[in-house]
Amino acid sequence: MAEPLLSVRNLKTYFYTDEGVVKAVDGMTYELNKGETLGIVGESGSGKSVHALSVMRLIATPPGKIVDGQIMFEGRDLLKLSDEEMRKIRGNRIAMIFQEPMTSLNPVLTIGEQIAEAVILHQRLDKKAAWERAIEMLERVKMPAARQRVKDYPHQFSGGMRQRVMIAMALSCNPSVLLADEPTTALDVTIQAQILELMRELQREFGTAIVMITHNLGVVAELCDNVVVMYAGRPIEETDIKRTFADPRHPYTWGLLHSVPKMYERSERLIPIEGQPPSLVDLPPGCAFTPRCPFAMEVCAQADPPIVEVEPGHSARCYLYTDKATEKEKQAAATAGLAAVARTKGM
Amino acid sequence: MGTTNGEILLDVRNLQKLYPVTKGFIFQKQVGAVHAVDGLTFHIRRGETLGLVGESGCGKTTTGRVILRLQEATGGEALFEGRDIFKLGKEELRRLRRDMQIIFQDPYSSLNPRMTVGDIIGEPLEIHNLARGKEKVRRVQELLEVVGLSPYHANRYPHEFSGGQRQRIGIARALAVNPKLIIADEPVSALDVSIQAQVLNLLQELQKEFGLTYLFIAHDLSVVKHISDRIAVMYLGKIVELADADELFANPQHPYTEALLSAVPIPNPEMRRERIILPGDVPSPVNPPSGCRFHTRCLYAQPSCRIDEPEFVDIGNGHWVACPVRPFKTQRSRAAVYREPASAPATS
Repeated sequence: MAEPLLSVRNLKTYFYTDEGVVKAVDGMTYELNKGETLGIVGESGSGKSVHALSVMRLIATPPGKIVDGQIMFEGRDLLKLSDEEMRKIRGNRIAMIFQEPMTSLNPVLTIGEQIAEAVILHQRLDKKAAWERAIEMLERVKMPAARQRVKDYPHQFSGGMRQRVMIAMALSCNPSVLLADEPTTALDVTIQAQILELMRELQREFGTAIVMITHNLGVVAELCDNVVVMYAGRPIEETDIKRTFADPRHPYTWGLLHSVPKMYERSERLIPIEGQPPSLVDLPPGCAFTPRCPFAMEVCAQADPPIVEVEPGHSARCYLYTDKATEKEKQAAATAGLAAVARTKGM
Repeated sequence: MGTTNGEILLDVRNLQKLYPVTKGFIFQKQVGAVHAVDGLTFHIRRGETLGLVGESGCGKTTTGRVILRLQEATGGEALFEGRDIFKLGKEELRRLRRDMQIIFQDPYSSLNPRMTVGDIIGEPLEIHNLARGKEKVRRVQELLEVVGLSPYHANRYPHEFSGGQRQRIGIARALAVNPKLIIADEPVSALDVSIQAQVLNLLQELQKEFGLTYLFIAHDLSVVKHISDRIAVMYLGKIVELADADELFANPQHPYTEALLSAVPIPNPEMRRERIILPGDVPSPVNPPSGCRFHTRCLYAQPSCRIDEPEFVDIGNGHWVACPVRPFKTQRSRAAVYREPASAPATS
């Protein structure tokens, strides 16, 4: 296989706070290929957003610090670049869109000025050409009356339109990687459908590789080719979209699938994941999911589980797939996995 | 799912809430009105859960707040056990509030950070003279256990709890006065999906145990479907469709409901649905479109839709819809909304 476009290896981002060291991202690893959409799924505090900010090198230091790892992009380790070199990549080769289209635009500049700013900086276009480019991009993201609206300020747009502006801005320099951090979470469902459709179209047109960060399993199922599930700062399962839903292996993934209410079938009770997500300060040794895991064994609380390749192209960080688990335990887990899969079939 | 005995607990008729839009600084004059809620009619039976869905700005939260008189309605009536809530005096209203409680969306801003959890849950007990002193402490501990927390949590402060736990505290506070009706305004939308499932289960258990009636306001269709007996769909201050939950999902009759259902991403990559993407944004409620408010985005709009306000009619089995065009004349099975890829176009 060709060299991946973006390869994150053992990324660790810690925050040094008064309460202690918060290990927000603690060993994130994945590869993103050209034109691929990779979903990163996890709940709040799982480190998915911090990981994206780390890739962009936007972690405020202090209190945050990228303490370890590599981020290989176009043959270079982003973590070794100078600030000057990184500025040439950020917003140009790697762009990002955020969850809150309301707060991530500058309220005192017109949207045209904001889009043109990036183009002038990175593409060395003159002001007039950059302005034309801004209009063209707004047309690309299907902003009605783009030529007039380019002179409007962010507050004159609805949430969905602001997210279109963000996408236009992100794609204006034709980046090869787009990090999308919960881009539809703040939007209503009919507007979310518009934006997802738009992202799909633009990806076909521009061939941009997308890292889609979300907590919504529906969005993942709609858009992604491959999926990394995160828990407490670590990837715990990674495989293609089909197997994420048809053959998930990690008990946390099963729990997620069980927690979503079904649209078209009546179920009396949901099977939630019991307990609370762990505090990332002073994580106990072993697998962070142990206190909530119905299949926890003694070894789980003692040492970190290894990343097991359960089949080609499918890995899970869990002792159930090692010789630490008995046949009986493996059997019970397999049954539970099937139950989780059966549930999603009816959605 | 609640069990109803058919008796109507809350009967809302033609509810209206307009917010004036004013101009001028000292001499303000009204230049228009935000039609937040404009002519809602629905009822809730004792022990049932009525879901109220719609997108932001459709007036669903206003509806809940007006019924509780946290804001005053500008028209219509709301009968609770036969008495019009909007006509009650101050003292009567205070007594009524024992019967009607609310759970808020944001578990972070709806609990006073300077009060202990015990004081937060105990406050309604004191206000309504239900318990004091040792009795209050005992009752607070009992409530904490009912919502799945521990009695020793009573001495802690809200910031020591996670979002899901705080929402449990909000639920315990609402339960303290033994209400009949609970208005739950987006009670799980700020929570992670695994915690959301815990809270939904808790709400269902409490309903069974205490015979509660819920008005469940949310934008997440799968959540509403899961918990509701009947569902009302709102668009720009109006209810456009109201039906039994299963019926609404299997056989949506309003074009907006159809689009809303088709827009929800389904967590199943094998499932490819015909998606109806509505053009444009929701219009401003200051000058809502004439006739049917949905006509500006409707795929089936007729010239008459721009002029005539649609009537809200019962098309059988308690399925109400405000659309005279009703493009889906035949029973639309789940397969129609939910089609395999290589099938005929959705609109026929």
